[in-house]
Amino acid sequence: MVGSTASNPAVADGLAVSVQGLSHSFALGDQHLPVLDHVDLDLRPGNFVAILGPSGCGKSTLLRLAAGLERPAAGRITADGRTINDPDPERVLVFQDPTLYPWRTVRANVGLGLEARGLLRTQRHRIDEALQLVGLEGFKEAYPHQLSGGMAQRASLARALVNDPRLLLLDEPLGKLDSLTRLSMQSELVRLWQEKGFTALLVTHDVEEAIFMAERIVVMSPRPARILDEIVNDLPYPRHRGDERMHGLRRRALALLGLDASW
Amino acid sequence: MAIAHGERARAPLAPASIKAAAGYSLPTFAAVIWFALGAVTFGWPQAQAWPYTLAFALGATGLGLLVLLSALLAQFWPPLAQRVRTGTPWIALLGGLFLLWEILTAKLALLPVPFFQPPQSLLEVFLEDYQRLGESVLRSVWLLARGYLIGAVAGVVLGMAMGWSPKVNYWSHPILRFIGPLPATAWLPLAFFIFPTSASASVFLIALATGFPVAILTWSGVASVSSAYYDIARTLGANSRFLILKVALPAAMPHIFVGLFMGLGASFAVLVVAEMMGVKAGLGWYLQWAQGWAAYNNMYAGLLVMALMCSGLVALLFRLRDRLLAWQKGLVRW
Repeated sequence: MVGSTASNPAVADGLAVSVQGLSHSFALGDQHLPVLDHVDLDLRPGNFVAILGPSGCGKSTLLRLAAGLERPAAGRITADGRTINDPDPERVLVFQDPTLYPWRTVRANVGLGLEARGLLRTQRHRIDEALQLVGLEGFKEAYPHQLSGGMAQRASLARALVNDPRLLLLDEPLGKLDSLTRLSMQSELVRLWQEKGFTALLVTHDVEEAIFMAERIVVMSPRPARILDEIVNDLPYPRHRGDERMHGLRRRALALLGLDASW
Repeated sequence: MAIAHGERARAPLAPASIKAAAGYSLPTFAAVIWFALGAVTFGWPQAQAWPYTLAFALGATGLGLLVLLSALLAQFWPPLAQRVRTGTPWIALLGGLFLLWEILTAKLALLPVPFFQPPQSLLEVFLEDYQRLGESVLRSVWLLARGYLIGAVAGVVLGMAMGWSPKVNYWSHPILRFIGPLPATAWLPLAFFIFPTSASASVFLIALATGFPVAILTWSGVASVSSAYYDIARTLGANSRFLILKVALPAAMPHIFVGLFMGLGASFAVLVVAEMMGVKAGLGWYLQWAQGWAAYNNMYAGLLVMALMCSGLVALLFRLRDRLLAWQKGLVRW
């Protein structure tokens, strides 16, 4: 991780996140469905951590808890030492669906956070900056239905970045994109992370994506999710997909997920 | 490539030739029908002398000239050409129907007279009774506007509250379910008894008729807003005021407009009944009054004006929707 810290000069901007003894369950009628089981995890400021696990294991719940959209049944998550109870614009969630508001133009969608906090008048220029950052400056006045899937996801990324988040929570943000767009967006996300210096927590079930993008890959069990093991990828950025050293990491991840028979 | 070029060069020619043909023949045909209407009205002796026969004949001839003139001007001004092309078939048909009407009533006297009168007697009403008709329209619109606006605002507010607060929903929903289906006109006797004036009672009834569908549809609109929309706004620092006004309300707007259209239709019905039963003013009253005097031509005129008023108000609401929901254009068929 030394190499990545060096390539990430703005590292002080990121939040330090600590997940401590976190358990959570959903109520299903009178039954309780446990989804997270004693999860402990520490993210240093500016870390890029991927959470890898089978679908439906509770990874997304962890992100919702970190965003403050729900409160955990047991344990806690802290940001810079303070317990997370409520949403805060310094911790922004990017969903698998772009969830842009169809009645707003791209510009108005990206400005949502500024508008909600009453900063629109003074900081309008940040909308343009964010759109430039994701390469959508030509589509300010477009409505979401006029965008392709990749462009819509870029717009939702700009909507998150305009708030200068210190923690970016990525809930399979590339899961619904076609594979070519997905590859280019992976590199772009890494570039944005290096430029901005936020802490990033990525949930994915794509082994290759996790290993290509993150410094640490936390592998989780099927529901209720526990941490099985952690894989450290200290290869420097920019990384190359063909790098031989990635193969070993991939094999280890697949083994932890019980899929190494296909290797 | 060469073929494509050739096609592109030839393509504008075909519509142009159609335009030229339509530009001459159809407006000419329409004008001839209106000229015929004028000639028949003026020249064919009548079984009974009808007032304004000459005025009607002149009006028909003038309209024919107007059709010819606009077809001529359309050659030089393309926006008019479009209107002429879409409007002319209807103008021709209307002229034909008037001609048939004129012949069946004034000329051949085939239809029983007090109920079926020739078109010139409709003209007579508009030329002699325009003051009373105009005042009736204004009174109807004023009564409708008050009731509709109060009902629409109350409906949206109640629907939003129901969609937002489970407590409000718990207490309001059964009441709406129970009372809502009751036609607002059923409250008429009670409302006229409770309210100090028949006008205030009518405003209340129109508001009730409008508010019910608006409230139900606003509520269902808010209830169907994706929870992800709220999650996004909350993580970006939105408070509940923002969530209600900037997320729930615009997201529910397509539903709200369905309610507003339904409410407008219901409000017309209540308006007419209220004016016939108690208000003693407005178009509903005018119809009632015309019937009392067996003035059937006044009644037809009143119906025509009412149709214009109602369709005009619906068109106005469509205009408003097109403005507010322009973003839907690419998503939904209008």
